[in-house]
Amino acid sequence: MATTTKRKKAAAADDIGQETRLELYRLQVELRYCEKRAYDLFLQNLIKGTSHLSLGQEAIAAGFGVAMRPDDWTFCTYRGHAHTLARGASMTGVLGELMGRSCGLLAGKGGSMHLTDVEHGVMGSYAIIGAHLPVAAGAALSAQYRGTEQVSVCFFGDGTTNIGAFHEAINFAAVWKLPVIFVCENNLYMEYTAIHTVTAVDHPAADRAAAYGLESVLVDGNDADEVYLTAMKYINRARKGGGPALIEAKTYRHSGHSRADPGKYRPEGELEKWLERDPLKIYRERLLQVGFAEGTLTDIETETMRKVEEATAAAKASPPPALDLIDKDVWADGGAAWRN
Amino acid sequence: MAELTYRDAVAAGIAQELERDERVLFFGEDVAAAGGVFKTTVGLLEKFGPRRVRDCPISEQAIIGAAMGAAMTGLRPIAEIMFSDFLAVCWDMVANEIAKARYMSHGQIQLPLVIRTANGGGARFGAQHSQAVENWAMAIPGLKVVAPATPADVKGLIAAAVRDPDPVLVFEQKSLYAMKGEVPEGEHVDRLGTAKVLRQGKDCTIVALALMVHRALEAAETLEKEHGISCTVVDVRSLVPLDTQTILAEVAKTGRLVTVEENPRLCGWGAEVASIVADECFWNLDGPIVRITTPHVPLPSADQLEDNTIPSATRIVREIRERID
Repeated sequence: MATTTKRKKAAAADDIGQETRLELYRLQVELRYCEKRAYDLFLQNLIKGTSHLSLGQEAIAAGFGVAMRPDDWTFCTYRGHAHTLARGASMTGVLGELMGRSCGLLAGKGGSMHLTDVEHGVMGSYAIIGAHLPVAAGAALSAQYRGTEQVSVCFFGDGTTNIGAFHEAINFAAVWKLPVIFVCENNLYMEYTAIHTVTAVDHPAADRAAAYGLESVLVDGNDADEVYLTAMKYINRARKGGGPALIEAKTYRHSGHSRADPGKYRPEGELEKWLERDPLKIYRERLLQVGFAEGTLTDIETETMRKVEEATAAAKASPPPALDLIDKDVWADGGAAWRN
Repeated sequence: MAELTYRDAVAAGIAQELERDERVLFFGEDVAAAGGVFKTTVGLLEKFGPRRVRDCPISEQAIIGAAMGAAMTGLRPIAEIMFSDFLAVCWDMVANEIAKARYMSHGQIQLPLVIRTANGGGARFGAQHSQAVENWAMAIPGLKVVAPATPADVKGLIAAAVRDPDPVLVFEQKSLYAMKGEVPEGEHVDRLGTAKVLRQGKDCTIVALALMVHRALEAAETLEKEHGISCTVVDVRSLVPLDTQTILAEVAKTGRLVTVEENPRLCGWGAEVASIVADECFWNLDGPIVRITTPHVPLPSADQLEDNTIPSATRIVREIRERID
């Protein structure tokens, strides 16, 4: 059975094309290495505050990142480092922001939970659960209104499916057939609590799709090929006026919810089981199986590590933000004046 | 000049901006086919069509979130929240998302959007449909806040809000919707951040907002005629930006400040005005600053109770006589 599935997936991947598959691998490696570096920088106390790592969830960010058009929009949560990088944001900009340096994407004004890079279509990372689903729908409304064929893609966790904004936004998008893809990254835990213990249905997003007249879509979020093909299908459909989609991608986060969480609530052996299904491991094995040379993959890994080292050094060398930023950019005139 | 009701002036302001700029669209609950529960948007659907004037589900978070998403991607949406009390339902969108996006993103995100809402008491709707909540918005950095008192001002300030590059909340006072007044013919665009001196006096400066402006004017009339107390009345109009120069100048002339606020007592907008005047105009004052506010209670519904809760002209006269004489 397992072998049949493996062959089927490898065959489906054949439709993807060699270049795209290498990009899917490269991107997953970049997201993994950069996120691991963020963790190391925490341990060195060079990153303060909190941070929510995507270790183990790279296939979703990579699959969508590669499928999206450069002018499509990404909306992500506080667990948004990977999605931001997946759109081509600078690694120095991301690490610099986590470290509170002036080279950061937001010059240190936003921090880990608010990564934004409008130039690359990353329209913000939203730290209040559910808030960005309506915002993504609004961007889709703008695309539909202006006829630009842009698509909004909105990523969120399983916990988000139990908050009101999730339901409001999906209904709103369905009623107006907006070009927005809602992607639930179901990593099994809302924060510290297993999602199945607090949710009335087995599949927190997919089982709710019918309530809004949408198809139930459940994918293996650890398989970059499957994610990519699903993303292409629904993004293209939305682009052509076919309306929104709600996709549940099942995955697992290798670390706790945030910096403060060692993840001790997880049953013994669960993490180990999921590490066997590590998206990078799966993808690397598949590429080798279908004939990519070991050296090609090693080259990608070496080159990516070099980029991470370079970005780390650049971020470390960057000065802290200038204090005059405190009073900048509350308003469009660049200032913060509230009185004359 | 044409005589319009406040509610028709709202529709005229929105229509003027829809006409002018294709990027403007308008949506909310019951605003299109029904013309708004307060009939403030009658005729807009017929004139501009369902692409630009849209009815939404009862989903305040979706409405305000959608306005945000549309604004950051090049449109200039006007969203309606039927009663300002319902801002509490979507306060995350307003206070956490819209107000902070530009700042947090180091200026990458622009949000030229307008949230219009029916605010304040006087209509016997009870505690969840009558609050004056403009002070909630005033407390959040990143939001501009206006509360027009006349038909001309509501049209002009809506237009100014739509053309402003930042998010603006327009608090329309629902008890004023039937009020008539002169509105300039043709295009009318006002300026945010400007107070208006409506009446000049020598004994006392009354600073008021929205419905309270009319009660302050009525009180000033009585104080002058019956008690020989002559009052300046300033309509604040815009809480953010706040025209402190006009307020400070008018307080300096009379030496006395009275604020008249529909907000409940604690942290009403007048507290900030009082603080600024105390800081910057102290040596021009001839006596203590007086704040006349709704008491710190939820608003009751029955005629007699509501009328004796929100500041009335009678109460303003009484308090000014007691404190100023």
